[in-house]
Amino acid sequence: MAKGKSTQMSSMPSPEDVYQVTLSNGITVLARSNFNSPAVNLGGYLPSGAIFDTDDKLGLADFATSMLMRGTKKRTFDAIYNELETVGASLGFDSGVHNTNFGGRALVEELPLLLTILSESLQTPSFPKDEVERLRTQLLTGLALRAQDTSDMADLIYDQFLYADHPYGKPTDGYVETIRAITRKDLETYHRLHFGPRGLVLAIVGAMHPKKAVEAVEKALGGWQVPGQIEAPALPPLKPIKRTVRKHHVIPGKAQSDLVVGTVGPNRKNPDFMAASLGNSVLGQFGMMGRVGNVVREKSGLAYYAYSSLHSGIGPGSWEVNAGVNPKNLKKALDLIEKELQRFVKNGVTKEELADSQANYIGRLPLSLESNSGVVSAILNIHRYELGMDYYQRYESLIRKVTREDVVEVARKYINPERLVIATAGP
Amino acid sequence: MKNPVTQVQLKNGMRVMLKEIHTAPIISSWIWYRVGSRDESTGKTGISHWTEHMMFKGTKKFPGGLLDKAISREGGRWNASTSRDSTRYYETMPAAKIDLVLRLEADRMTKSLFDPKEVASERTVIISEREGSENEPMFLLSEAVQHASFRVHPYHHEIIGDKADLHSMTRDDLYSHYRTYYVPKNAVLSLAGDFETKSMLKRIKELYEPIPAGKVPPRMARPEPEHNGELRLTVEGPGETAFTQIAYPFPNATHPDYFALQVLESLLNGASGLSYKTCRLYRALVDKGYVVDVSGWSESTIDPYLYRFTMVHRPDKTPEEALSVLDDELKKMQDTLMPEAEIQRAVKQARAVFAYGSEHITHQAFWMGYTSMFSDYSWYTTYLSKLAKVTPQDVQRVAQTYFQKNKRVVGTYIPQGKGA
Repeated sequence: MAKGKSTQMSSMPSPEDVYQVTLSNGITVLARSNFNSPAVNLGGYLPSGAIFDTDDKLGLADFATSMLMRGTKKRTFDAIYNELETVGASLGFDSGVHNTNFGGRALVEELPLLLTILSESLQTPSFPKDEVERLRTQLLTGLALRAQDTSDMADLIYDQFLYADHPYGKPTDGYVETIRAITRKDLETYHRLHFGPRGLVLAIVGAMHPKKAVEAVEKALGGWQVPGQIEAPALPPLKPIKRTVRKHHVIPGKAQSDLVVGTVGPNRKNPDFMAASLGNSVLGQFGMMGRVGNVVREKSGLAYYAYSSLHSGIGPGSWEVNAGVNPKNLKKALDLIEKELQRFVKNGVTKEELADSQANYIGRLPLSLESNSGVVSAILNIHRYELGMDYYQRYESLIRKVTREDVVEVARKYINPERLVIATAGP
Repeated sequence: MKNPVTQVQLKNGMRVMLKEIHTAPIISSWIWYRVGSRDESTGKTGISHWTEHMMFKGTKKFPGGLLDKAISREGGRWNASTSRDSTRYYETMPAAKIDLVLRLEADRMTKSLFDPKEVASERTVIISEREGSENEPMFLLSEAVQHASFRVHPYHHEIIGDKADLHSMTRDDLYSHYRTYYVPKNAVLSLAGDFETKSMLKRIKELYEPIPAGKVPPRMARPEPEHNGELRLTVEGPGETAFTQIAYPFPNATHPDYFALQVLESLLNGASGLSYKTCRLYRALVDKGYVVDVSGWSESTIDPYLYRFTMVHRPDKTPEEALSVLDDELKKMQDTLMPEAEIQRAVKQARAVFAYGSEHITHQAFWMGYTSMFSDYSWYTTYLSKLAKVTPQDVQRVAQTYFQKNKRVVGTYIPQGKGA
């Protein structure tokens, strides 16, 4: 009945169908065709982010990035969006600690427009004064809403303690006083020093020949030169957690509290990553949010959401459990979660649990790769973490070779139930 | 159409819609029941959504917990949602594994257990879901505005239901709701993806035709009387940010004015799925420094529902100042004809959004079933051409007809400072 006419391999990026070129100014372009829809997606990143922020101007990278499309030397904010919205295209930027990311999509005939706007936003933003002030008001309102959001505040407190005296411990959107302190000149200077072609990676997937896509990128961004683009400082070492830290942030008048319980996890390039990721799937993802979901939601009815996640990027990761519960059930939920973590570290996972998660990881690939945007993010990840363009051809064996012993070993290596960060926010 | 849709009614009245798409080795299967929050009486609000939760708690053949695992093991994605008009369950799976979900959905259509213990534990899960929403000022405001907009029609309550009812409903209430609405005659199955129609249909018949047809349950029909006079309300709560929501009665999805209103919506608030920084309200309100953000949206419903605008206020401007600018913009739409080119723009935007959607097989299966809940699939396939036929005169007329101050509800969330 389901004898598919399409072949599974065709949906997976491979060295044969991802065309990779480095332009003379250092920009890496990755391109792949997909003629199933008349659209094209692009995505990418460059090494500019909050890692350059100083404490008194925290949020500068984020502020500057959000200004890129609010006016360039050639176009006003309204003109930029008018061009894009008129043809149903979209483009956006955001920034994290290490990178500024961008992404966009358009009907394929509008790719030149999309690249022109991308190029102008990256190279010649003009930071118009009135737009700076308008955005500042929006950012401050965002911070006022963040202060009222139990989940955002629990995350923020968690990061502060997990990553004390480390760039990861500071919110990339800053604080009210730091956003107020940022001047237009700061934004301009930040852009001048930290935006350039070196380290910029751009992926394009859509209804066009890869070589044509590369030509279009070359035309839009090939002439960009920024001598003396500053290298990011190395991350400082992380201070170990010596004993469990518990912090509660009071937000009066809320119906629900949020909790985060966790510890440091492996980074993405660490050989421990795959075992930790599969272990995490058993702990708080697989089926209805794994073991954590089973005890907190299914068995105890304490929460609508309760799950674990492994955030692994360039630097030290976070392995954490999140849940939202009625304030009076906070302790009960925390006790259940801590018990689950103890059990996980003591006994690891069963053979069946591991096999289930392995099957899930392999089986879900075609779903994550069906759309242009899915493929863009897959090939950017491959590039960012140097996984090799044949990653998806090796993927199944990478998953299958993880053993129960590997999982329990990484669980014990990273999770010490006596040394957790427990952050909660609510009334 | 590039991919034709096969539509069949089974002997027991269940409707089946199939669309072959061979771009990826995936199949998405959606089963739809014609029941939603509009079918709930006072005392039973939230029962459709709670029933949806209970459908994940298992049958004899597929016990709770095993369901999730069985789908996840195959790499599938599944979920469900309850709307005002319908309840839907979907699974998107590697094509070779689709039989599992066809068997599962056939089984749980009539054999879900509704174990009292599971009902008890799900009660607190749903209360927790509601409390999560209650943390959001916009939920509190939106609920109040919706309630003020419908005194008679059952669109008056939130889909999740009122807490009083979530505390008092019983297992038997839920089970009887389930048995009333979950019957083949009240269901639509929509599948899109990498299959061969003939053999797929054969398998569906094997699994679903033996299920007794059931009766088509009556739907609650209590039309909302016309409101005369603007209604204003306030909601107070923690925070520093004020919000306003303005709701106008809006026609249902099959009303002849619906498409002219979609063009109007795209002009005022932008096209769905795209940024909206050059729409009229953004330019008038955000660019000019009256609000931090403004948005607006309608829903495609069986009965007339609402068009809602939401404004997030700046600390240095009052909600009243912003509202008067919004009113001026609506008045401009009523007093002047829009340029023809703006209609072309709306059509081009919609065409792009359709193209992006076509990359997702889940999305394709969704639209077949979704439109069949309030119209039929041709509503979707003729959408762009209907949009293109709208004239500037149509848009002006619908702006005059539907955006009348004396029919609207205006609600404001008034923050009570940093603490509460």
